[in-house]
Amino acid sequence: MYEFDVIRPATISEAVEALADEDAQALGGGQTLIPTLKARLASPSALVSLSKVAEMIGICYDDQGRLCIGAATTHAAVARDTSYPALSAMAAHIGDPAVRNRGTIGGSLANNDPAACYPAGVLASNATITTNKREIAADDFFQGLFETALEEGEIVTEVKFTIPQAANYQKFIQPASRFALVGVFVAKFADGVRVAVTGASEEGVHRWTAAEEALSSEFTPEAIADLTVLSDTLISDAHAIADYRSHLVKVMTGRAVKAAG
Amino acid sequence: MDISLTVNGHKVTAEVEGRKLLVSLLREQLKLTGTHQGCDTSQCGACMVHVDGLAVKSCAMLAVEADGAEITTIEGIAAPDGSLSPVQAAFQEYHGLQCGFCTPGMVMAATALLAENPKPTEAEVRDYLEGNICRCTGYHNIVKSIMAASGQSVAPVAAAE
Ligand SMILES: Cc1cc2nc3c(=O)[nH]c(=O)nc-3n(C[C@H](O)[C@H](O)[C@H](O)COP(=O)(O)OP(=O)(O)OC[C@H]3O[C@@H](n4cnc5c(N)ncnc54)[C@H](O)[C@@H]3O)c2cc1C
Ligand code: FES
Ligand code: FES
Repeated sequence: MYEFDVIRPATISEAVEALADEDAQALGGGQTLIPTLKARLASPSALVSLSKVAEMIGICYDDQGRLCIGAATTHAAVARDTSYPALSAMAAHIGDPAVRNRGTIGGSLANNDPAACYPAGVLASNATITTNKREIAADDFFQGLFETALEEGEIVTEVKFTIPQAANYQKFIQPASRFALVGVFVAKFADGVRVAVTGASEEGVHRWTAAEEALSSEFTPEAIADLTVLSDTLISDAHAIADYRSHLVKVMTGRAVKAAG
Repeated sequence: MDISLTVNGHKVTAEVEGRKLLVSLLREQLKLTGTHQGCDTSQCGACMVHVDGLAVKSCAMLAVEADGAEITTIEGIAAPDGSLSPVQAAFQEYHGLQCGFCTPGMVMAATALLAENPKPTEAEVRDYLEGNICRCTGYHNIVKSIMAASGQSVAPVAAAE
């Protein structure tokens, strides 16, 4: 690793101030960033650790009844919470126990790895991502591989969820990395169903709108039986060719619908 | 940067660079070489320690982030008189190790699991060991050791799924 300073602010405003330096970078749980630094793929002058920012840690409800998860809340803490069972079950299967004890929801969303789990959960749930500056709808937040709507020095502070009537996440594990080879999060709301797919596309996490339409009129695995997922923008790599991923998207969606009930 | 922490019950103060990893602080500065480092990618789990009671990969945490924390390493698992913990004794009894490289991490993971879930099923044990890689044992005897340490029968241990 190249040299860097570590700053450990106690409040969001102190963190934002420290991040005003363009070479400074936020540090969440470090489960992605530390391996990246070890590989010398980044060279920040300072890391601004969010682990002591108490106002960014924890789970509560806001006055509109939305579930609010602080951005520095670990995967393990979300896994233990009982408010939104489908999201907790998803968090409980990210990586391994030690990764879950450090990794955070904010870090996962900011990173937007094309095979990560949280982007699918947040996009399907139509969650709102709060930053130190503004609120961003999930539909506008994710912008392709490792790209998000976050600006320089902007941090995710909280994520707000309206809990759906039924939801489920199905992950087909890539056994070496333990990320999703394909993961599908299905969420059924009073006004329709949302389906978000991770791991599959060269464009990163995305919604499968044809399935959403079919499932909004009939919430059963059979409702998507006649749909096909076009494989032209899907990832083909050593782990799975695009056609296989296309097949998996449909299978995992069907399983998620069945499990959500 | 100066940090102070508790390691295996002892107060420690240390001066560390920002980029110093917890594993390097333990191994190089504090000479606690029982914590191993087996990879560069945060995947093998040989470096696992407990930070405020939680299993953490010490190669994926900065030493400065451990300021004020209570750390337990493999050296802190046996009783002060040297008698082995139930997990350690079971690893010995059930041949839960061969070369021993992964063993400190395995014992730290197993100890954290049993603190959280004293009577895990075999599937729960295997699931918890997701982040600990062993090149020697094929895992069966590790799983048996952990089942035995939790006071459960070891006989029916079978491959996962
Ligand atoms: C062995 C292993 C297995 C894994 N398996 C999975 C898996 O199955 N599914 C999965 O989804 N993930 C997986 N991960 C990734 C894990 O979930 C990470 O915790 C997560 O991607 C990053 O979160 P973090 O808090 O550790 O962020 P960090 O590593 O600290 O940071 C990641 C990036 O986000 C930025 N950042 C951090 N916090 C914020 C914030 N609040 N606002 C703005 N920017 C921020 C950082 O500057 C950095 O660019 C795995 C990781 C490992 C090591
Ligand atoms: S050395 Fe820490 S996970 Fe391999
Ligand atoms: S005993 Fe050799 S790596 Fe596990």
